[in-house]
Amino acid sequence: MIEVDEESGNFAMKNKGISSIFQGKNVFFRIGSVITGALVFLICLSTVWLPYSPTQMDATAKLNAPSFLHLFGTDHLGRDIFSRVMEGAGNTLLIATCVVLIGCIIGTLIGSLTGYFGGMADIVLMRVCDSITAFPSVLLALVMVMLLGRGKYQIILILGILFIPSFARVVRGEVARQRNLNYIYSAKLMGAGHARIIFYHILPNTISVLLPTISIGFNNAVLAEASMSYLGVGVQKPDTSLGGMLAEAQSYLTSAPYYAIFIGLVIVLMILGFSMLGEGLSRNNATN
Amino acid sequence: MQKTTILQVNQLNSYYTKGSKVFGKKNATQVLKDVNFELYRGEVLGVVGESGSGKSTLAKVILGITNEYEGSIVHNSLRPQMVFQDPYASLNPAFTVERILEEPLLIYGKYGKEERKRRVMEMLENVGLSEEHLKRKPRELSGGQRQRVSIAAAMIVHPQLLILDEAVSALDVTIQAQILDLLIRLKKEHNLSYLFISHDLNVVYQCCDRVLVMKDGEVVEENTVDGIFDKPQHEYTKQLLESAQ
Amino acid sequence: MLDVYDLHVKFHNAKQEKEAVKGINLHMDDGEILGLVGESGSGKTVTAMAISGLINRSQATCTGEILLDGVDILSCDRDCLRKLQGKDIGVVFQEPVSFMNPVKTIGKQIEESLVIHSNMTPAERKERVLYVMSAVELPNPEQVYHKYPHELSGGMLQRAMIAGALMTRPKLLLCDEPTTALDVTIQAQIIQLLKRVNKEFKIGILFISHDLNVVRKLCDRVVVMYHGEIVEEGKTDEVFYHPREEYTKRLISAIPTRKKRS
Repeated sequence: MIEVDEESGNFAMKNKGISSIFQGKNVFFRIGSVITGALVFLICLSTVWLPYSPTQMDATAKLNAPSFLHLFGTDHLGRDIFSRVMEGAGNTLLIATCVVLIGCIIGTLIGSLTGYFGGMADIVLMRVCDSITAFPSVLLALVMVMLLGRGKYQIILILGILFIPSFARVVRGEVARQRNLNYIYSAKLMGAGHARIIFYHILPNTISVLLPTISIGFNNAVLAEASMSYLGVGVQKPDTSLGGMLAEAQSYLTSAPYYAIFIGLVIVLMILGFSMLGEGLSRNNATN
Repeated sequence: MQKTTILQVNQLNSYYTKGSKVFGKKNATQVLKDVNFELYRGEVLGVVGESGSGKSTLAKVILGITNEYEGSIVHNSLRPQMVFQDPYASLNPAFTVERILEEPLLIYGKYGKEERKRRVMEMLENVGLSEEHLKRKPRELSGGQRQRVSIAAAMIVHPQLLILDEAVSALDVTIQAQILDLLIRLKKEHNLSYLFISHDLNVVYQCCDRVLVMKDGEVVEENTVDGIFDKPQHEYTKQLLESAQ
Repeated sequence: MLDVYDLHVKFHNAKQEKEAVKGINLHMDDGEILGLVGESGSGKTVTAMAISGLINRSQATCTGEILLDGVDILSCDRDCLRKLQGKDIGVVFQEPVSFMNPVKTIGKQIEESLVIHSNMTPAERKERVLYVMSAVELPNPEQVYHKYPHELSGGMLQRAMIAGALMTRPKLLLCDEPTTALDVTIQAQIIQLLKRVNKEFKIGILFISHDLNVVRKLCDRVVVMYHGEIVEEGKTDEVFYHPREEYTKRLISAIPTRKKRS
C-alpha cells in the first residue's frame, strides 16, 4: 500500500477501498463473514421454512438424542431443538441488533453533542452515563423490568438504554479530539454551521473507533438478552430465544447434555462471528 | 498608488485561561499585548517570531476561531481563509479531494452541480493538480500535494485575505519552493493579501513586503522587508537574523 | 571508524516489499562530522536506524555490512547490540519530548545508560551526570537533575538528550534531525554545542537533516541521498558551492536564501 510519489519521493498511502478486505489476507473478516453469513442465512430461512414446527410437541419423542431426523435432538416436550434454535436465534439476533441500534444512535448523538460543545451539559450527561454504568447492568435491567413489564420489546428498550453510555463515551472522546484539528477550523472558516461540522465533517472520522464498539456492544447485547431470557424476564413463551431455551435445558444437563450444548454453541458462534467481523473491519480500517 | 486597507488591528490583547471552568480557578496568561497593524490590498505582511511569540494566536483571533480577546479587528475581506502548517491535520481525512473542494461551495449553496464541478476543476488546475487527484483522499497524497489542496480549498470562495500559518514550514525545500511560487502567482492573479506567518526568515524575505517581528506577544519591530533585514533596530531582531545566517 | 558497505534495507509486510535503502557505501573518520542530507523518503532516517541497530528485524531485512571499529552491527546478536547501543553509539532524536519518559526525572533518565553499562556507585554516577550536564551547558545542573521533562523548554530538553547520549562516551553520536523542531536562536546554540562536543570529546557525529542551512554550518563532509541512493558526496563547501549532480543542484537552489521571488 506504499507508493513512492513522483513529485517528492514521499511515501503516499494508496487506498484500495473496501474491496481490499476480500483480496487481502484478512482472515478475521473472512471467517467472521462465513460464520455470521451462515447464521443469518439459517435465521432468514426460519421465517419461510423450518424442518418442524417449533411448537409442535411429540409425546413419543421426548429428549431424543441427535439423529438425522432431529439434527440437534428433541427437548423434554418432544419439540425439534434445531427448529427451535433457528427461531430462537432469530429472536436473539433481532433483540441484539435493535439494542445496538438504539444504543449506537442515541449514544452517538449524545456523545457527539457533548464532545463538541463541552461545558455544563457535557459534565452532567457524562456523570449520568457514569452512574448508569456504576450499577451492575443486570440488576438495573431487572429494576426497569419491574417498571416496564416483561417481554421482547420491553427488553429491547431496557437494554438499549443501558447500552447508550458505552457508545456515548467513545464517540465523545473522539469528537472532542477531532474538534480541535485544523480541518475543523477550515470548515468553520468556510462558514459551516455546528450541525454540519458535527454530522458531516466529524462523524465520518469516528467510524474507526465506533466499529469495535459496535462489535463488542453486539456481543454484550447477545449475552445480555440470553441472561435476561434465562432469568425469565425476556422473550415470553411460546416465543423462543436462545437464553430462554438455555434455561429450560438446564434441568436436563445430565440426562440430555446435547440440549444445552447445541444452544450454547450457537450463542458462541454468533458472538465469535461478530467479533471476527468487527476485528476484520477495524484491521482493514487501520491498514487503509 | 492608492492603498485599500484589508485588515486593521487595533490594541489587540488576548488571554489564555487555564484551569477548570467549574471550580472557578483561572490562571490567565497574556498571549498578545497591544498588537496594532494594518494590512493593505495586494500586500504580503510577514509575521516572524519563535514559538510562544503569539503569532498563531494572532491568526486565530483574526479569523474568529478564538474570541478571548480585547481590542478591535476590522477586516474588509469577505470570508478570510487560512492555510495551516500541518497538511495532515488540515484536511478532513474522511473526504476525497473533490468533496473537500466542493464543501465551501455547498455551504454557500448558490451554485448548481455543473457550476460546482467546473469551479472545482478550475481551482484544481490553478494549484497545479489534475483530475486524477479528484477522487483521492488526503492520505493518498504527498505533503506538497496536500498543501496544494489546502490552498485550493481556501481559495475557492475567492477570499481577499489569506492567512498562511507556517504554510510551507513542514515541506521539503524543493516542494517548499514550488508552493511559494504557487502562492505568489495566485496573489498576483487575484490581487490577494497575505498574512504570512513563519519562523523562517529567509522565506519571509523572499515573499513579503513588510514584516512584523513578534516576541512574547508583542510586536517589537515593524518595517519593510529591506528595512528589517538591512537595518534591524531591535536587539531581538538582530539576534534572530544572526541565528538564521 | 564507521564503514558502511553496500547497505540495503528492505521493508516487507504481508502485501509487498519496499526497498528504502538501495546499496549505499559510507565512510566516517574518527572525530568527523558527517552530514546526511535528503528530503523525506530519501532513506536517510532508515540508514540512521540501521546504523544504530534500531530496525526491527521482523519487519525489514538489512544486507551489507556496517562496521563500527571493525564490529559488524548487522551480524550482531541481541546482547552485543545492546552493548553497542548503550556504549558506543549515542542517539539524539528530533523530538526530545517523545523520547523522554514523562514520569521520570531528567537526571534519572540521563543516568540510565550508566546504570546498565557500568559498575559505578550511585554517587559516582550522579557526579558524572552532573559533569556531563554542565558540559552540555544545562544551567543549574543540580536543579535540572530533579526536574521532569514537561518542566523544561525544547532547547533544554535537547541538551538533556545530548547529555544522555554522551554519558558513556560513545564513539559515534547519531543525530536525527536534532534541530528541526527548535526555534532558530536555539538551533544556533545546539549547533555550537555539537561542534564543541565533537572537538572536546573527540566524538564522531553523523548528522541527519533536511535543513541544508544547518548542515552547511556544522558538517565537515556531506552525503546527499535521494530515493535510497547516494547521489553526491564530498566536502561541505564543495557540495554546496560546486554541486556536480542535477539533483543536488536542484536541492541547493531550493534553499531559501535572501533573494526575491517573482
